[in-house]
Amino acid sequence: MPFFYENRQIVTPGDLLAEGDYLTGSNTYKHDSKVYASRLGLVEYRGREIDVVALNTFYIPSVEDLVIGKMVEANLHGWTVDINSPYPAILRTPEALNRPFKPQRDELSEFLSVGDMILAKVISFDRTRDPNLTIREPDLGKIRYGQIVRVSPAKIPRIIGRKGSMISMLKKETRCNITVGQNGLVYVSGRSREDERIAISAIKKIEEEAHTSGLTDRVTDMVRKERGEVIQ
Amino acid sequence: MTEKTILINKEGIRTDGRKLSELRPIKLEVGILSNADGSAYIEQGKNKILAAVYGPREAHPRHLALPDKALLRCRYHMAPFSVEERKSPAPSRREVELSKVIRESLEPAIFLEKFPRTSIDIFIEVLQADGGTRCAGITVASLALADAGIPMRDLIVACAAGKAGGQMVLDLNDIEDKEGEADVPVAYMPSFDAVSLLQMDGELTIEEFQQALTLALDGCKQIHALQKEALKAKYQAVKEAAEVLEEE
Repeated sequence: MPFFYENRQIVTPGDLLAEGDYLTGSNTYKHDSKVYASRLGLVEYRGREIDVVALNTFYIPSVEDLVIGKMVEANLHGWTVDINSPYPAILRTPEALNRPFKPQRDELSEFLSVGDMILAKVISFDRTRDPNLTIREPDLGKIRYGQIVRVSPAKIPRIIGRKGSMISMLKKETRCNITVGQNGLVYVSGRSREDERIAISAIKKIEEEAHTSGLTDRVTDMVRKERGEVIQ
Repeated sequence: MTEKTILINKEGIRTDGRKLSELRPIKLEVGILSNADGSAYIEQGKNKILAAVYGPREAHPRHLALPDKALLRCRYHMAPFSVEERKSPAPSRREVELSKVIRESLEPAIFLEKFPRTSIDIFIEVLQADGGTRCAGITVASLALADAGIPMRDLIVACAAGKAGGQMVLDLNDIEDKEGEADVPVAYMPSFDAVSLLQMDGELTIEEFQQALTLALDGCKQIHALQKEALKAKYQAVKEAAEVLEEE
């Protein structure tokens, strides 16, 4: 069965990737038993399945995803949250408070105000309704210190790395606490601003060179070099 | 007009020095606007056109949002300084029509049904016009869409062919368009061999029309190769630089 490209070659929308009995992976589609690319990306032939690893995407919510969002509006029964997606998210009061919310007594802005950043989890989303969030889980909720970097959601898997190799290396080398939101926002908090700066520049480097190989080693080198300069 | 301009000389060379079935020189660049989700720029002869894509994003005003698919909006606009006589910046009848025609030619390529209740907005800004701007506009807009990471069935390419100075020519410029006999703009999805826009202005016999169509499709295929190159160029440079680093 013919493959029309080599593994990890850049393909553009409409490129014919393979013909015959194949399964369509991400960013591909089938038409008359031919598999085509639907996004600009790197093609990956994995046995019967064909994937295109997109070079640029936007975030489409999915249940169980960890996201970082910004409160944009307080309504009667909850908040609207910007989660860097085409769909605005909703955080309803029962998902934010540990006790019943009484509108007669409670003011929404006591808990979260517009402009606050939160770490949340998507609890429901489908084609017909906007995503719902929860912060009633350990480690979720308002972000009080540290910094947040915005990267393309397409690069998130690369920042995490295979089985978390990249992220665990970053945490170890920069001594920062790094939480990756699936929606393309990364929360970094370290002991000093300098640690955070190094972690952020490493994340930016990963984003820029995500589609190249041997990246983990190059990023490790970069972080070590920068840290060395700090110590001197 | 009393005197007729000579559009093709005895050697079969056109006013801008091209052969009959030769495209104007094309320069394409992808991702040049940082504030847009996707963008592209084209220079085709003297044409200079920018395209920006936003979305999918929340559809505003809300009542326009569609429950089953994304709303595709397109604005084709000519800058006041894009033509010799200052053009009023307000959208003219022609621009409103071209916006619709371009939108409809791009629509079949986009997986709109994947993003219900959202909108995708395309802005095509003609900075300098020299004939064939709707085709060049479609060509860049499709690149900007791909750059924005919007899933597409195929890239869309557009190119015109027509009759000028009594002969069939490819990719008409402004004089050939105005003084020539006919103009046939075609938008095309190369992987499916499908036409998504076909217009004709002027008079052609059936045979001439068929010739114009094959000529235009041939032009589309040439531009398609340039489109793919431009999309890859944005990432290839970083990739190669990294590979050089590897070897060191």
